[in-house]
Amino acid sequence: MSQSAAPVLEARRISKRFPGVVALDGVSLALLPGEVHALVGENGAGKSTLIKVFTGVHRPDGGDLIYNGSPVAFGTPLDAQRAGISTIYQEVNLVPMMSVARNLMLGREPRGRLGVIDTARMYGEAERILAGYGVVTDVRRPLRTFGMGVQQMVALARAVAIDARVVIMDEPTSSLEPREVETLFSVIRRLRDDGIAVVYVSHRLDELYEVCDRVTVLRDGRVAHTGPLAELERLKLIALMLGRDLDEVRTGGLTRFSRDRRHARERDGAQPAVRAEGLTRRQVLRGVDVSVWPGEVVGLGGLLGAGRSETAKGIVGALPLDAGRVVVAGLPLRTGSTTAAIRAGVGLLPEDRKAEGIIPALSVRENIALAALPSLSRAGVVSDAKIDKVVEVFMRRLRIKAASPHQPVQELSGGNQQKVLLARWLAIRPKILLLDEPTRGIDVGAKAEVQALVDELAEEGLGVLLISSDLEELVEGADRILVLREGAVVGELSGDDVTEDTIMTSIAERGAESDG
Amino acid sequence: MAEAVAPPGRRVLAWAQEYGVYAAVGVLLLFNVLFTPHFLDVANFRTQLVQVAPIVIVSLGMALVIGTQGIDLSVGSVMSLAAALVALYLGYGAWPALLVALAGGAVAGTAGGALVAYVGVQPIVATLALLVGVRGLANVLVPQLVEFRNPDLIALGSSSLSGVPVIVVIAAVLTLLTAFLVRRTTFGRQVVAIGGNRAASELSGLPVRRVLLLVYVISGVLAALAGVLATARLQASDPTSLGLFIELSAITAVVVGGTPLSGGRIRVLSTVMGALLMQLLSATLIKHNLPQSWTQIVQAVIILAAVYATRERGTR
Ligand SMILES: Nc1ncnc2c1ncn2[C@@H]1O[C@H](COP(=O)(O)OP(=O)(O)OP(=O)(O)O)[C@@H](O)[C@H]1O
Ligand SMILES: [Mg+2]
Repeated sequence: MSQSAAPVLEARRISKRFPGVVALDGVSLALLPGEVHALVGENGAGKSTLIKVFTGVHRPDGGDLIYNGSPVAFGTPLDAQRAGISTIYQEVNLVPMMSVARNLMLGREPRGRLGVIDTARMYGEAERILAGYGVVTDVRRPLRTFGMGVQQMVALARAVAIDARVVIMDEPTSSLEPREVETLFSVIRRLRDDGIAVVYVSHRLDELYEVCDRVTVLRDGRVAHTGPLAELERLKLIALMLGRDLDEVRTGGLTRFSRDRRHARERDGAQPAVRAEGLTRRQVLRGVDVSVWPGEVVGLGGLLGAGRSETAKGIVGALPLDAGRVVVAGLPLRTGSTTAAIRAGVGLLPEDRKAEGIIPALSVRENIALAALPSLSRAGVVSDAKIDKVVEVFMRRLRIKAASPHQPVQELSGGNQQKVLLARWLAIRPKILLLDEPTRGIDVGAKAEVQALVDELAEEGLGVLLISSDLEELVEGADRILVLREGAVVGELSGDDVTEDTIMTSIAERGAESDG
Repeated sequence: MAEAVAPPGRRVLAWAQEYGVYAAVGVLLLFNVLFTPHFLDVANFRTQLVQVAPIVIVSLGMALVIGTQGIDLSVGSVMSLAAALVALYLGYGAWPALLVALAGGAVAGTAGGALVAYVGVQPIVATLALLVGVRGLANVLVPQLVEFRNPDLIALGSSSLSGVPVIVVIAAVLTLLTAFLVRRTTFGRQVVAIGGNRAASELSGLPVRRVLLLVYVISGVLAALAGVLATARLQASDPTSLGLFIELSAITAVVVGGTPLSGGRIRVLSTVMGALLMQLLSATLIKHNLPQSWTQIVQAVIILAAVYATRERGTR
């Protein structure tokens, strides 16, 4: 990249207020052609808001946007897209009911005579494009039948296919496996070589250092630092994000899971906290057996579509099963009922927080209390005092950043919404927690806190099933790892065998075996 | 996008969303006090309130249903079924007849709710089927208008409690009960959550299907009660025409009150205000000798304004 090039897109002293918060306070950022620009900061620092100002979703209260040397004000995201600014938003916003192909080609479908959509060609083209991203799948199926990973890849393919000069990615890897992340990076490098400017938002620092040239750190809506990334030490970057001293970060430590119980672990209790046997569902699960003992953290490894989320959903009764049973603390669980599962103390933190997690229009308070309502009420009448207490505890403990407990949860930043969901599950005082990507979109500081919390709960006897596309998190967090492939358990790792390498080889090996 | 509106404009809009319907009722009242002769007469007030009471009662159930992203088109037919059942069972006394009528409403509500919650039929389709079928049933049971002289039932329709008509008292009490149900009970919060995001509610262990079923049952029972009260006031059971098009009035009241059709939010008191607003509006226009068509046009404008205001809220 050439430093002398004029910025393609520039924000000058942009400010944006929402009721109760200043989301952006005089933020300036210049985006050069052919650079990958990292945008980082704590949850709620203003990253997504800045992006939405760039793309015409929000109109700034003050400041100017300069695009290609002249001031612009995009009225709608479509205007920005037409002008060449393509965006992958934090919450995938495709059309869930439409087919994958439709989503991919929306607005530029191949047309035959009379302007009718040529579906055969559309499917063919969609298949070809997706294959280029390592996703081989039936593009006729509705998008919602796929996991978040595939959805993110579709969003990526769609964004890149549009002829753009600026591509903005807000946490594009939060649901991707290492393999897809590699695909994404090669796409990013190709974009960079073509002279396209890329904005990259992520809480995964490794990724930033791998692919980004420059970095801008936001803190509480202000620019805390901007400059080349390679020169910035990792701890220094964290300190800038959190607004703490470098020393403080170094000594305070950002230890994540701090477990070495793996070896010494004897299985307290005569029976597992949860035992699932022969979970089967046509085309998705083929007889999965999982047990989690009290105090144990079991990780589920595997590629996208291996059936990890489906296993978790099958256990809590959110996925209709053809066969299989679930036993909680010795008692069989009524199948197909999440209500029964929660009464037995089994909770699932879902992967897709927008579609399956938050109730957008309800307040932070009500979202936290939702699953625990029966225990927070007397004779069917909710007790404000009890709810306030629980909400207070978790908002403080998880450091949820909101104007007030009564703010609608949809107005929170992505990471803070995730914390609200965690609080919802902790509030039921679970015996077993199934965590599907629990730290998705959570900043470094909060991530450590969440992981420490999981640790602490396990210490107190909670059983945890952990699904994470972040291998490091899996290795550090789990006592034992089950590797899934095509809906079946193909391997188990425990003790010293649990390393990123062994997981990778286990996934690959089994793959080679069953392919060959 | 809401953000594209200039801040002062947005604040006005936000205010209108919250209190617009109250303000509109206030303005209409003021207008009538100043320009409509005899408006302040007690008799006039009573007539207005007695007329609107059945609509209010039906709207309460409708607000609950709409809060779950549903709709209940069968309310008018359930009213007529209640009228028919009252006529059939009045021989056993007013109270047994009332109970049978309410039970009829509960059965109709159960049918609709089961179709929606357990079979997965779209609410508009399920209740449309009931709209047709239930009125048919009512007409088969009681094919023509039947007058009656049961003193208890007549008293229910025309007596007053310290000057306030019993019908109005019942509507007011039910309003308070519904508001309490929505705001303060587990059930009410679950209704709102299910309307806000059904998949998330399911994963959070809410008894989604049971709650949905119950919502339609409540709507059915409230409609049946409205049917009995209207019948009592008429002093005649008229299943052929009782409650015709009341579903439209109820939906209008809910929407004008600011409850979004997309679910996830229920405004009980505002719904009542919505019903009052529409009632006052037509009364005012009639008193000033404007033709019925004018009333309809003005109502249409108000509905559009209300839908516009709630839509803005929904997209933010
Ligand atoms: N529509 C909105 N209404 C009110 N407040 C909002 C709205 N959108 C964002 N905010 C607030 O603005 C602040 C910045 O939010 P933003 O989404 O930009 O954070 P972020 O840096 O993207 O965080 P994360 O890493 O969690 O995604 C937060 O305090 C958030 O609560
Ligand atoms: Mg964000």
